[in-house]
Amino acid sequence: MAVGIRTLDLRKVYDSSPPLGAAGGFVARADSKGGKQPKTQIPALDGLSLDVQPGEIFGLLGPNGAGKSTTVGVLTTRVRPTSGQAWIGEHDVWKEQTRVKHLIGVVPQRPNLDFSLTAREILVFHGAYFGIGSKQRNERADSLLEKFKLTERGNQMLRGFSGGMMQRLSIARAMMHDPQVLFLDEPSSGLDPQTRILLWEIIREYHQAGKTVLLTTHNMEEADALCQRLAIVDHGRRIAVGTPAELKATIPGGFLLRLRFGNQSPELLKKLESLTGVREVRSTESTGVDIYADRGGSLISEIANLAASSGADLSDVHISEPSLENLFLHHTGRSLRD
Amino acid sequence: MNWKTFGAMLARDAHVARRNAVQLILQTFLQPLLFVFVFGKVMVSSGFLPEAYKSLLLPGIISISMVFTGIWAVAMPLIAEFQWTREIEDRLLAPISVGWIAIEKVIAGMIQALIAGLVVIPLAWLVLGRGVQISLGSPWTFALIILLIATFSACGGLALGCTINQQHIGLMFGMVITPMIFFGCTYYPWSALKTFPILQKAVLINPLVYASEGMRATLVPQFPHLSIAAVIGALLFFDVLLLVVGLRQFENKAVS
Repeated sequence: MAVGIRTLDLRKVYDSSPPLGAAGGFVARADSKGGKQPKTQIPALDGLSLDVQPGEIFGLLGPNGAGKSTTVGVLTTRVRPTSGQAWIGEHDVWKEQTRVKHLIGVVPQRPNLDFSLTAREILVFHGAYFGIGSKQRNERADSLLEKFKLTERGNQMLRGFSGGMMQRLSIARAMMHDPQVLFLDEPSSGLDPQTRILLWEIIREYHQAGKTVLLTTHNMEEADALCQRLAIVDHGRRIAVGTPAELKATIPGGFLLRLRFGNQSPELLKKLESLTGVREVRSTESTGVDIYADRGGSLISEIANLAASSGADLSDVHISEPSLENLFLHHTGRSLRD
Repeated sequence: MNWKTFGAMLARDAHVARRNAVQLILQTFLQPLLFVFVFGKVMVSSGFLPEAYKSLLLPGIISISMVFTGIWAVAMPLIAEFQWTREIEDRLLAPISVGWIAIEKVIAGMIQALIAGLVVIPLAWLVLGRGVQISLGSPWTFALIILLIATFSACGGLALGCTINQQHIGLMFGMVITPMIFFGCTYYPWSALKTFPILQKAVLINPLVYASEGMRATLVPQFPHLSIAAVIGALLFFDVLLLVVGLRQFENKAVS
């Protein structure tokens, strides 16, 4: 039976930089003198509540530092929340850790594969940790190596593996004990397009077997292509949640026109607002203007005329169709890539 | 407690140790054997040290080999796995509570320390040649003491491995390991420090003192040594202390 995921009002405040597992990268602290450092309180999660349905592919979309990895850390017993609760199915993550660990498979953002073992041994020992019998774990390891196109490298140590191969092996390892819930933290970052497509296929196939998948990404294309529902997070808070289509429908108008003028004035902004189909006009930087509108290309000639008559020289135009990127920008005033 | 998971983790550590056997053997035995050769053989046969020094040296060499094998076997992989390769994360996600993963590391370290201690005895004996006078009065006491030494070394490795930052490994050797060896009564009995009364008291905080004196008490009782009861009591104290500290540090590292 499929298993869901739930969090209630999760808060996490780090006293120092987020340590391994939660942070995106290696944390090097310059405490060379060993003296007392002033404690810096870094809030990573600020009251995050999520409800992932059993058997759903759910995405957490947000920029770096939004709290996505910390959320995964809390749900996978690696980060203890400052307050709030988290459940995998019926099991409280922090009260029934061993039970929860049986149910979950985790693909971390950075590879944490066992460098003392060969690729095949990594899978076989992982199976052994989960109590899978010898014959079964060997068969399963072979079939996963085959599926992830790693059979030829199975008996090699990891030195010399490319980033993509390590990522594939990480996912194979997470699937080794056939978990009910699969967590993938930025699964396709650093992958070539071909491997990314293979990965998406595998995730879809796993989901079709009735499993729940939670993935984090800052790639809107991935979120759009793969996720049935999404939560957009920023600064540890949930900004919006829904299907990709529902979320995109919340952008005023849907189209985003990013314009740049030689010079712009408040009068110009007012005139732009009065154009038919324009929902919202926002001034960005000194010469940029973002227009949210019901239509895209057909507005350009009117904008160009308006600019010419106001003496504001239109120097750059970029039209984007309804997308999660636009949604994020609309909610936060920041691009996902910032 | 999940014995299957625990056993699989021990099997993984044994598998890796077998794979790195040559490196482990050189690392464990080269230094003590060179020391035995220079001090027990060269210095004695050239007359700078008396013949009896051979017998005095051997227990110290056993304890030093055990202690540093245990510390090394637990601390170095932990430092790398927590801070660099992160490969321990796979085991942290295995269905077993985090404390047992630390205990597994301790057991693996103890086994390596015991093997080191038991193998270095005949090897050193071989290098020293004739004139070593060892008498194993009570095998049970000897067994208890080497078990306590193995525990202390592996628990010490756990505490150090979860405390030291990888950029401070050099410092660990300079500030912890080297003074421990030289003030650990490994190359001389504790009673030899009686002309330095303050130092003689101060070295009692060094657990290696009890390891060396314990070996001396059970293998070469003809030399002066601390009482066996004091040795057992002190080793027990350090075992428990380092285990508690090590477990706490491990859990702090494992869960942020």
